[in-house]
Amino acid sequence: MLKSSPFNQASNSVTQLMLQVILATLPGALIMFYFFGWGVLFNLLTCSLVAMASEAAILKLRGRDFKSGLSDYSALVTGILIGLALPPLAPWWVAVIGTFFAITFAKHVYGGLGYNPFNPAMVGYVLLLISFPVAMTSWLPPQNIATNAVNFLDSLNLFLFEIDSQGNKLNFYLQNADGFTMATPLDELKTGLSMGFTTAELQDKLILTGWVNQGWQWVNIAFLVGGLYLLTRKVIHWYIPVGMLGAIFLTSGLLTWIDPDLHISPMTHLFSGATMLGAFFIATDPVSAATTPKGRIIFGAGIGFLVVIIRNFGGYPDAVAFAVLLLNMAAPLIDHFTQPKVYGTRDA
Amino acid sequence: MDSIQYTTQYQFHGGIHPEEHKELSNQHSIGELGVPPQLNIYLGQHNGQPALPVVNVGDYVKRGQLIGRMQGNLSANVHASSSGTVKEIALRPVAHASGMNDLCVVIDTDGNDASEYLEPIADYASVNKQVLLDRVAEAGIVGLGGAAFPSNIKLMPRVNHLIINAAECEPYISCDDRLMRENADELINAIQCVQSIIGAQHCTIGIEDNKQEAINALLLAIEKQDPNNNSHFQICVVPTKYPSGGEKQLIELITGKQVPAQQLPLALGIIMHNVATALAVYRAITKGEVLTQRLMTITGKAATIRGNFWTRIGTPFDWILEQAKVNTQVLDRVIMGGPMMGFEIQKLDSGTVKSTNCTIFAETNELATSNNSLPCIRCGLCADACPVSLLPQQLYWHSKSEEFNKAEHYNLFDCIECGACSYVCPSNIPLVQYYRFAKNEIVRQSDEKAKASHARERHEFRELRLQREKAERAERHRKAAEARKKAAMQKGEADEKKATIADAVARAKARKQQSKD
Amino acid sequence: MNTLMAVVLLVLLAALFGALLGYAAVRFKVESDPIVEQIDNILPQTQCGQCGYPGCRPYAEAIANGDEINKCPPGGEAGVKALADLLGREPKPLDESLEESVPKVAVIREDECIGCTKCIQACPVDAIVGAAKLMHTVIADECTGCDLCVPPCPVDCIDMIPLTNNDLHHWQWPNPNSEPHSPFESEQIIPVKQVS
Repeated sequence: MLKSSPFNQASNSVTQLMLQVILATLPGALIMFYFFGWGVLFNLLTCSLVAMASEAAILKLRGRDFKSGLSDYSALVTGILIGLALPPLAPWWVAVIGTFFAITFAKHVYGGLGYNPFNPAMVGYVLLLISFPVAMTSWLPPQNIATNAVNFLDSLNLFLFEIDSQGNKLNFYLQNADGFTMATPLDELKTGLSMGFTTAELQDKLILTGWVNQGWQWVNIAFLVGGLYLLTRKVIHWYIPVGMLGAIFLTSGLLTWIDPDLHISPMTHLFSGATMLGAFFIATDPVSAATTPKGRIIFGAGIGFLVVIIRNFGGYPDAVAFAVLLLNMAAPLIDHFTQPKVYGTRDA
Repeated sequence: MDSIQYTTQYQFHGGIHPEEHKELSNQHSIGELGVPPQLNIYLGQHNGQPALPVVNVGDYVKRGQLIGRMQGNLSANVHASSSGTVKEIALRPVAHASGMNDLCVVIDTDGNDASEYLEPIADYASVNKQVLLDRVAEAGIVGLGGAAFPSNIKLMPRVNHLIINAAECEPYISCDDRLMRENADELINAIQCVQSIIGAQHCTIGIEDNKQEAINALLLAIEKQDPNNNSHFQICVVPTKYPSGGEKQLIELITGKQVPAQQLPLALGIIMHNVATALAVYRAITKGEVLTQRLMTITGKAATIRGNFWTRIGTPFDWILEQAKVNTQVLDRVIMGGPMMGFEIQKLDSGTVKSTNCTIFAETNELATSNNSLPCIRCGLCADACPVSLLPQQLYWHSKSEEFNKAEHYNLFDCIECGACSYVCPSNIPLVQYYRFAKNEIVRQSDEKAKASHARERHEFRELRLQREKAERAERHRKAAEARKKAAMQKGEADEKKATIADAVARAKARKQQSKD
Repeated sequence: MNTLMAVVLLVLLAALFGALLGYAAVRFKVESDPIVEQIDNILPQTQCGQCGYPGCRPYAEAIANGDEINKCPPGGEAGVKALADLLGREPKPLDESLEESVPKVAVIREDECIGCTKCIQACPVDAIVGAAKLMHTVIADECTGCDLCVPPCPVDCIDMIPLTNNDLHHWQWPNPNSEPHSPFESEQIIPVKQVS
């Protein structure tokens, strides 16, 4: 067929973009591995494998060229993001179900790469969170402060059979120094607040037990580093992360200013849970996000706002997944109202 | 007086930085390509109506002789580029994106290159503007930057600000660069000439910062030709970014203002001419030279001889290919113009045209040829690159699904087809091709609609006329019938009278008879 | 008593909302072209009568009154599809007795024309000029290619020449889209074997 100009292509491709995203998750993944042990690795491996396998199977079913379809690595990114979002040592079938659902239903039922209105990884995650709430909220304590650290063999046993060689179940490893079962700091803060403690008291308790400045903060910092790498390589734009982090800071700042005792501080919001992973890796998924510059800022800000609202007032400890999905729905509308001014219409 | 040279403080949205490859062709001084054995001169090579052939097969023509006369207002004269015999006036392959045939004058050259030029106008400043415009039209000068718009039309208005486009932002092309380096003195005179025709007080030369030697040459020439800078020359150095040489983009870079949508730079009191066009205008006026040659870049990695050459209009590409000693083993494609906005020459026996500023003989893998495009992932790189601030992605979705009114709603017709969006697309989608298709299709459909509604009007009018005629006929019949009736009645009365008279006469006769008897 | 109150309240509410809806329907009524106009706008206006009606407008009226939408060969499949979209009917292939026609233009072989004016009377858009006993000619730009002038000609001197538009000035960039318009349209996501 007749080819028209330009006869020139920048040396970038979807594959390269995806590979850079995968590369940028490395610091975060390594830090998570350091704090939460082998479970992180098992999740990542399982999710990646299942993602690629599901993608290949569906492409074949759809009669598409599945080799070139796999080589864009978009499925791998989805798998890795789910793997990072799952609690370490959640049973293997959790990872399998979530990833399979994400690739099959959230991605391919809508038409595959480029056509999915929702972020597939977050659809998979939310499905798991709603279906298996206990498994999905049982986070290991950071291994350096855990009472019962878990070794490779026990991790593997727990991952595969939900019971280790000594007959301990996952609960055994969830206990902290006080012997209490703990969830993530966000979960803890939320439970504490609902029990009538003030944030100051809870923060003290968290610092005492070594939660603060440990684990989650470092994980978030590592994802921030990866995100900054993506920014410098121009794989993502600053619009969504800045919009989202800015909105988290402002919203939580406002709430803390109204009543510091009842609301989690901005810094805790920014550096706990999936904030940084969400801001740089999940919300920035271009397919399901808004596309205009202004629209992306609004999109990010909407997510940030909802994250704080859901964390503070909602029923779930973390909120990135829900916030992202809600704003995915709004993306076409946002785009519609934020069309940039075309050359020559700027000023009279 | 501000310094003559300054760097722009403005910028336009988007833009890209493709590899320039200018060093392939800008290292050697300008040469002459010479006269090919056969010229294939396209009569429709400019913007507007094609020229009407005014020579016959077998005629002997000299270089500079008119062979095609402009038709209508938007058209341009076409001249023989060398002396020889007209071999054919027929449909031949032409340098057009379609690769189709159109009306050409084919000349077998005789090698004497005998020429026939117009009378020079030495003192253009003292001559009526219309005379100068007529001269430019007569010389067949069109915009040499690529648009091939008849120059006499663009010289007509009087404005305050003339901008000379010397940005040359397309990769590979270096003809304007070399022209400025080597002919700076004449160019400055040429620009002064154009300036005086337009009556512009100010003149800004917009040039990219990758052409420092050309800038220096121009500065030197200005100092020499116009030491007090009475012409108010300024050289505005703009950053090297494609497409800074787009008319509207360069205006924004120089003035910080945007030409209102769907309007011409005239709305801002600006007229822009390409630097090579200015030279052609000047030579047409002061030397009587008609446009029979232009400076063209020969480049591309498959060519052995690269550089910038004065090339006769109508030089066949296959002859250029020989002259440039192109290695046909590795030749992948021949492109006229730059890689961003040019098109592939499908039939190499077609000739160059007035807008052929560059011929690229690209070797395999030199220019991207991948046809495999992945689905759009909405990354938005295209919107970042768009110099018109469009949303190329939405245009793509709507053009692809043939929802043309939606594409128009997203300002499809503001697209300048610069190719920046396709260039950055990680999914390798031929975005610009979708826009070209959509634009063509919209125009076609609206033509069809116009034709249909015209037919409807005529049909309705006919129906109305038939009805009216029928009514008129009925009316006529009625009238005729009445008239007949009346006539019949009148006739009847007359008969009665006659009968009465006859009766009376008869009675009288009878009485007479009786009395006689 | 409570029951009565509830009933009364509900009735009042229903009346109120009914009035509101009724008012809104009148106040915000969307003015649109009558359906016949919209159909007529889609029809190609060749006025050829192949649909069995004397012109496009009568056919538009007939469609609005329930006639089939597949009787217009000059409009082609695209026209049928546009009509189907407008009217919310199923698109169907063109009526089998009719063939999809290419755009054509009538040309009179002028030396054979005897000047009978029969074609002038047949032309629905007054695209033929000429006087009795004098040669006639077709104004090509006005001709819709409807064929109606061909049968009345007693000397068969009218040719219908297909418009090729196969020159550079009618050339268009090709549609780069070789794929289906949307993943939903021509390809099932979950493959279903078509039986029959």
